[in-house]
Amino acid sequence: MAPNDSVETNGGTRGAAAGRRKAARYIVPVAVAGVAAATIGLVPALASTGDPDLPEITAQQLIEKIAASDTQQLSGTVKISADLGIPSLGGLAGSFAPGGSQGDTGSAKGDSTADPQTKMTELASGTHTLRVAADGPDKQRVSILENAAEYSLIHNGDQVWAYDSRTNQAYHATEDRSGKEAGHSTPAPEGVPTTPKALAEQVLKAAGPTTSVTVDGTAQVAGRDAYKLLIKPKQSGSTIGSVTVAVDAKSGVPLKFTLLPSSGGKAAVDAGFTKVDFAKPAASSFTFTPPKGAEVTEADDAKAQPKTDGAGGLGMFPGAEGLGAGDQGAKDTKVIGEGWNAIAEIRTPGGTGLPTKASDDVPAEAQQFLDSLGDKVSGKFGSGTVFKTRLVNALMTDDGKVYVGAVTPDALVKAADNAA
Amino acid sequence: MSQAEAGIVGAGTARNPLWTFGILRSELATTLRRWRTLALLGVLAAVPVLIGIAVKIETNHGSSPGPGGGGGGPAFLSQVTNNGLFLVFAALAVTLPVFLPMAVGVVAGDSIAGEANAGTLRYLLVAPAGRTRLLLTKYASVLTFCLVATLVVALSALAVGALLFPVGEVTTISGTRIGFGEGLLRAGLIAVVVAASLIGFAAIGLFISTLTSSGIAAMAATVGMLITVQIVDTIPQLSGIHPYLFPHYWMSYADLLRDPVYWDEAVKNLGLQGLYAVVFGSAAWARFTAKDITA
Repeated sequence: MAPNDSVETNGGTRGAAAGRRKAARYIVPVAVAGVAAATIGLVPALASTGDPDLPEITAQQLIEKIAASDTQQLSGTVKISADLGIPSLGGLAGSFAPGGSQGDTGSAKGDSTADPQTKMTELASGTHTLRVAADGPDKQRVSILENAAEYSLIHNGDQVWAYDSRTNQAYHATEDRSGKEAGHSTPAPEGVPTTPKALAEQVLKAAGPTTSVTVDGTAQVAGRDAYKLLIKPKQSGSTIGSVTVAVDAKSGVPLKFTLLPSSGGKAAVDAGFTKVDFAKPAASSFTFTPPKGAEVTEADDAKAQPKTDGAGGLGMFPGAEGLGAGDQGAKDTKVIGEGWNAIAEIRTPGGTGLPTKASDDVPAEAQQFLDSLGDKVSGKFGSGTVFKTRLVNALMTDDGKVYVGAVTPDALVKAADNAA
Repeated sequence: MSQAEAGIVGAGTARNPLWTFGILRSELATTLRRWRTLALLGVLAAVPVLIGIAVKIETNHGSSPGPGGGGGGPAFLSQVTNNGLFLVFAALAVTLPVFLPMAVGVVAGDSIAGEANAGTLRYLLVAPAGRTRLLLTKYASVLTFCLVATLVVALSALAVGALLFPVGEVTTISGTRIGFGEGLLRAGLIAVVVAASLIGFAAIGLFISTLTSSGIAAMAATVGMLITVQIVDTIPQLSGIHPYLFPHYWMSYADLLRDPVYWDEAVKNLGLQGLYAVVFGSAAWARFTAKDITA
C-alpha cells in the first residue's frame, strides 16, 4: 500500500527502478486529466453526429406542420447567441444615454431597471440563457437568467409583470395587448389565413421570386427530432446568408433559429431550445406578487412602451421582417428595392443625422470616435459615411439622408447613386 | 521497512472498520480545536454580522432600500432588508470568492506540510495506518472543515438576518413565492452546494501541501493559486478556458433560488469539483506515497 523505501538505502539499479516506480504513480493524475479532456472534447462531437432518420417532406408540408401546430403548453430553456457585429453596444448606449439601457450603470432618475425595453436590448449582443413557459394564449413567461439574478417577464391574463431580482424592482402593466407582444418568443400560432394549407401556400407564394425555401435534412434539437427549414435569399447583395429554422417533427413547434450572414463566420443570431417540455407548466410560475419592499413602476403610459419593445425585439432580426421590410410607414421613409435587398431611405428633417445629433451633447472626441466607427465613401450622391455591422449596414450621406438595409455597403452606395 | 509493511497489511484484514474513523476523529479534533481554526471560523462568522449591521444602518438612515438599489454590490444584497433569509445568500456570495477558500486554503495547505514542518509527520506515519489512509483522512478532515466553515457563515447569517430583519415567505429570483420552510430548506441545500464547491480547491491545497515541508509556503502557494485562477477567470480573452477553472461555476449556487430550480450549472460545478478532486487528489497521492519523509 505504501512503499516507504528510501532511495538512499538501496543500490544504484534498485534506486533507479524505485525512481521509475515513483514517477509511474504520476500516471494516475495525468491519465485522469487526459481521459476527462478527451471526454469533454469527444462527447459533444459524438453526440451531434446522429441526425435522426425522418420521412422526407416538402417545404410546403413543413410549413403546414408549423401552422397546424396547436401546441399551447410548453416550458423550456432557450439559449440565444447574438453576434451582430455591433461595436460594444452596451458601452455605447451607456455613454451616450446616461442612466440608459444598461442596468449595471445605475439608474439615476428613478428609471426602473425592470423596464422591459431596457432589458431586451441586452439580448442583442452576447449569449444569454432564457427560460420560457407558456400555457395557452393568456399565460406566458420569459426569464433571462443572469449571474445570481434573473429578469422575468410574466403575462397572466391582463396582467403583465416584469421583475428584476438584482435590483428588486418590478414593472407592472395592466393590458393584454402588451402581454402578447411580451410573449412573442413563445410560439403561439396566430392563424391569419384560415387553414394551415392556405397559409403555407401564401407564404411560399410571397417568398417565391426572392427567396428559396427548402427542407435541409434533419437535426436533433433539445433531444427531439427536427426538420430543418432552410430559407435563403435568391438575390445577391444581401448580408443575410441563410436562415435555418429547426421544426419539431412531432409537434411542428419551431425549436431553433439560426441566421448566418453572407460574409461567413459564426451565426449572427442563434436562438434555440436546449431543453423543451410540452407538459403543462406549474400554475405558480405565472403568478407574481411583488415582494415586500420591491420598487414597483406602474406603466400608466404602457400603451406605447411595450409596443416599441416588441418592435425593437423584431428589429434585431431584420431577416424576420425582410419579406415585409416596407412597413415602416413613416412619411420621410422610402423603400428602394424589394425582398431581401430592400433598402430604407430615411430623410432626416433638417439634415440632422445621427452623428450630428450626438455632437450636440458630446464633445469633439466622441464625434471623432463616431467617425472612426464608419468608413467614408463617396459617389454620385456626394459623400457620406457607412456604418457596418454584420447584418445591417447604413449609409449616412452628408446631406442628411440615411440608407439602411440588410445589404452590403456596395449595394447601399449603388442605391444612393440611383436615388441621386 | 518492507517487513513492517507486510505486518501492517496482515493486521489490516482483522482491523476494526471503525479504526479509520478513529484517525479521522483525532484528526478532526486536532484541526478544529486549533486556535488558528477557531479564529478563521470567528472571522467567517463575523462577516454576516458586519453585512447585516451595515445594511440595517443604511436602511435606517434613508428610506430607500439600501445601496443595492442601483444593482451594484454583492448579489442578493438588495433583498436583505425585506427578508432576513436573504442575508444567508448575500453572506455566502460575499465570502465564497475570498474568505471561505482562503480559510480552506490555510487548513488544506497546512494539512501535510504543517505536520512536516512541526516534525510530527513521521510520528503519524509510525501509526499503522499507511500513507494512503493518512492522506485520505487528511482530505476528509479538510472537506469537513469546508462544510463547517460554510455552515458557520450560513448559520451566523441566518441568526443575524432573523434578528435584524423580518422573515417570512421568500420570493425566488424568478419572482415566484415559496414558503419560509422551503426557503430554509433551499438555504441548507445551498450551504451544502457551496461547501461542495470547495472540494476541488481543497484537493489542490492538499497536493501543494505534499510538495513542501513548510506549512507557510504551502498556505501561501494555495491562496496564491486561488487568486491567480480567479484573475484568469475574469480575463475575457481567456474565455476559452474559463469553463475548466475551478471557481468558474462557484456562483451557480444562486440557480437553486430559481423556480423551478435550474440545475445545469450547479451540476457542471459539482462535476468540475469532482474532476479536480480526482486529479489533484491522485497527484497528492502519487507525491505523498513516494516521498521521503525526513521530518
